[in-house]
Formats: sequence, C-alpha cells, structure tokens
Amino acid sequence: MAPGEVLAAVRGVSLALGGTPILEGVDLAVRAGELVSLIGPNGSGKTTLVRILLGLAPPDSGTIQRRPGLRIGYVPQRLSIDRAMPITAERFLALAPRGGRAERRAALAELGIADLAQRAAQDLSGGEFQRLLLARALLAEPELLVMDEPAQGVDVVGQADLYRWIATLRDRRGCGVLLVSHDLHLVMAATDTVVCLNRHVCCTGQPEAVARHPEYLALFGTAAAAFGVYAHHHDHVHDLAGHVHADNEHDHHHGHVHEHDHAR
Amino acid sequence: MDDFLIRALLAGIGVALVAGPYGCLVLWRRMAYVGETLAHTALFGVALGLFFEFDLILGMIVAVAVAALLLGLAQRDKRLGSDAILGILASLTLAAGVIIVSATTARLDLFAYLFGDILSVSVRDLVALYAAAAVALAALILMWRPMLAATLHDELARIDGVRVDLVNLLLMLLLALVIAVAGRMVGILLVVALLVIPAAAARRFARTPETMAVLAALIGAASVVAGLWGSFRWDAPTGPSMVVAAGALCLLVWLVPRRRAA
Repeated sequence: MAPGEVLAAVRGVSLALGGTPILEGVDLAVRAGELVSLIGPNGSGKTTLVRILLGLAPPDSGTIQRRPGLRIGYVPQRLSIDRAMPITAERFLALAPRGGRAERRAALAELGIADLAQRAAQDLSGGEFQRLLLARALLAEPELLVMDEPAQGVDVVGQADLYRWIATLRDRRGCGVLLVSHDLHLVMAATDTVVCLNRHVCCTGQPEAVARHPEYLALFGTAAAAFGVYAHHHDHVHDLAGHVHADNEHDHHHGHVHEHDHAR
Repeated sequence: MDDFLIRALLAGIGVALVAGPYGCLVLWRRMAYVGETLAHTALFGVALGLFFEFDLILGMIVAVAVAALLLGLAQRDKRLGSDAILGILASLTLAAGVIIVSATTARLDLFAYLFGDILSVSVRDLVALYAAAAVALAALILMWRPMLAATLHDELARIDGVRVDLVNLLLMLLLALVIAVAGRMVGILLVVALLVIPAAAARRFARTPETMAVLAALIGAASVVAGLWGSFRWDAPTGPSMVVAAGALCLLVWLVPRRRAA
C-alpha cells in the first residue's frame, strides 16, 4: 500500500429507490493515509454511498473502483445480532478472518473492553458493542477503515477520545479512513478532506482548527484540539422538497466561504 | 432386542447426530419455514415419481434439490423469499402431492411418508443414511467458520471476504439432503420438528455455537431413544413419539432454573 494510492473510489454514482433519487452523480475517493469525513444531514444518502463503495449495494449508474485484495475494516452505523446464536464477545472477534487469540486479546484491551471477552455479545450495551465492532475492524489490519457515525450517542469528551484514537491509528498504519458523520459543522481535526453530501456532493474542502473559532474553544475546552470546524461553501440551496436551486445571492467564482444551513 | 429395533435405533441416532447441528443453523437463520417447504416438496417428488413411474427416491431427491436451488436463489429477493411465498409453496406442494398420489392406481402408504416408517428401515437404508450424514457433517465442519460469520451478519462477512452467496446456497442443498434423509425416519410432516426442537432445547445451556450443535445432537439422540421406547410401551406411531419425546425434553430443559451467569 503506497501513500496516496487510491484505495476505493466511486465516480458518477446514482441510485434511486422507488422513483425517489437517493444519490445523483456522486464522486468520492479515499487514498492511503487520507482521512475523509463525509458529512450531510439525515437522509442525504451517506450510508447508501458507503454501502455502494463497499460493494454491498449496486448503484443504478456510475463506476466503483476498489484496489484488489483491499483489507477493509467496517464499523456500520447500526448492527444487531440475533439472540438465537450463543456467542461471546471474543468469539465474535474470532469470526473475523484474521487474528489469533493474542491479537484478539490485544484488540479488546486497546478498546478497553478486555473484561467483556466472555460476555454474550448480544448482552453488551450500545457503546460496548460499538467498541467490539471497532475491535473487529482493527483485527482485519485494515488498509481502509470505514466508520458510519461512530460518535453517535457519545458525549463530546468521548468523541474527542475516539477521534484521537482514529487519528493515531491512521498515522501508525497509513491506512485510509472514511468517516461518516451527521454533524454538519464539526469534524475530526485530522481530516484531510471533507465531503458534504446531500444527494449530490454540495461542496468539499478542508476544516479549520477549532482554535480559530474562540466560541467553540470556550465550549469544548481541552477536547477542542480533536475537532475541526468546516465552513461550507455552496453555490446552491436545497428547498424543503429537496430540489436544488442556484443560489443567486452569492457568486461562487470569488471563492466566498459561507455557512449554509441545508433546508430539508 | 429384535434386529429391526436395532436398525431403527441406529437410524434414529444417525438422524439425530446430523439433525442437531443443522437444526441449530435452521434456528439461527430462521429457516424453519424453508425446511418445512423442502420437506413437503419431498412428498411432491415422490408423488411425481409414482405418477410418471420412475424411482421414488430419485424423484424425491431431484424434487428437493431443485426446490433447494430455487429457494436459495429466491431468498436473495425480499419479495420472493418471504413468509407468504413459503407458506404458499409449502401448502401447494403438499396438497398437489397428496392428490397425485391418490390419483394413481399404485398403492402408497401415505401415512408412512407423512409420519415416518423407521421400523421398516433396512441395512441398505442404514448405509445410505450414514453415508449421507457423513457427507453432510463433513461439509458443515469444513464450512463452519464462514458459515457462522455469514449467519451472524451477512454484510460484515461479505466485507471480510466470505463468499456468502455460495455458503448460503451450499447450506440450502445440504439441508435438502438432511431433510430428505431424515424425512424417511420421522416423516415429512415432522422432520422440521426433529431439526428445531433439540436445537431449541440446546440453546438453553449453550455458550458457544459448537456446544449448541453438539448438545442438540445429544438431545436429539435421547429423544429418539425415548420415543422408540415410548412407541413400544404404549403402541404409538414411532415418528410422532420421537417428536413428542423431543418436545418433552425441551420443555424440561427450559423449566430448569438457570444460575445467574454471565
């Protein structure tokens, strides 16, 4: 895996379900060592885009490219496992194709859930199970790490910890990271590329350090360093029905940076 | 003990040993209705064989294999693989099979096909049974880890590189084999019970999937022995007796209070 190598990409991907467009002409790429934050409001198609990228769902049109033999660690937004199969947390990890007992123990310890190893996986709390999924993703020794809203339901300090952990992982392994979040303004400070999605790509860019925004600094305190603020720059607006209109008030050729709220 | 009893015992235990692990898979994957449909298709195959005058066993195997392939492919589509479709197929194949059987002039002991005829099992039948069971168990052991991964979560398994569609299709075909073979013993109307009930009993105390599979096999074997004994003691049909014994064991197991464990 060479730094900067394209690990996975989609071009011109579109998908409609029952006549309703979900994604329209979306491009997205993740390179080795690159951390991409995919943000957008609820219902914008983020999870669908991720599933298409991973090969879990076919698009109606467009191309998907994944490096052959790519090792992927995937932490989905929601995952439930049936109670019918008796399985411990450690055994759940053992179902992954890589990793022996030592690696599993190490992964559990790294995520701080070593004492849950023998607990039934279905008995773990939401947060504990999230960490189990992260442990399993780790075990794959991923070249591409894909996480769908991993900070869901986690408080700000917990979020900062998680973001620091992900950044360290990326630095250590040089893997590509695709992080999906429904927070429209706050992303990981270590993000290289922000992609704002609302059925199509509305804008892309880089975040700014929170330190440049004293209000956020005051709010987050020591956790501030883990976050970056992303300022959107749209040349269009979405109306309530989701239709896109040119934003005649702003001239995008001058490269103005504006904050837009996405109308839903 | 009479020869036929020994053969019946061996046949029942052979079925229980393979029905245990497969029953666990049926439970984990919620495939009881699929199993039911496959079982009814077996009778349909026999009926066709009777009507068109070719080997009944062949008719049964072909019918069940074709049904397994079609169901395996249909399951991928939420609309096609639904409960409704299975309900329709299960009832239709059974009804059509019974009609065809009664339309032919040849005599067929329908009761034996519906509820099993384990007391008439021959040595040749036993050999065929154990051969099929060995194949089914060997295949399952070879596929065990990818099978568990695909069962627990389809998508995570796919991303990990498991050939989920292949595993699902193979399971369907192997299940068809197990059902065809076990149906001979307890009858096609009760074969799913022998898959599901011992597995459900095993769930109570199992902490790992393997423990559940082994326990299900043992409980199934115990049910077979108890059922055979009961059918002799009270002059009851053998197949149903084995199922009732399994049910009683399952009830017993679930009534036992469990220590508050992790």
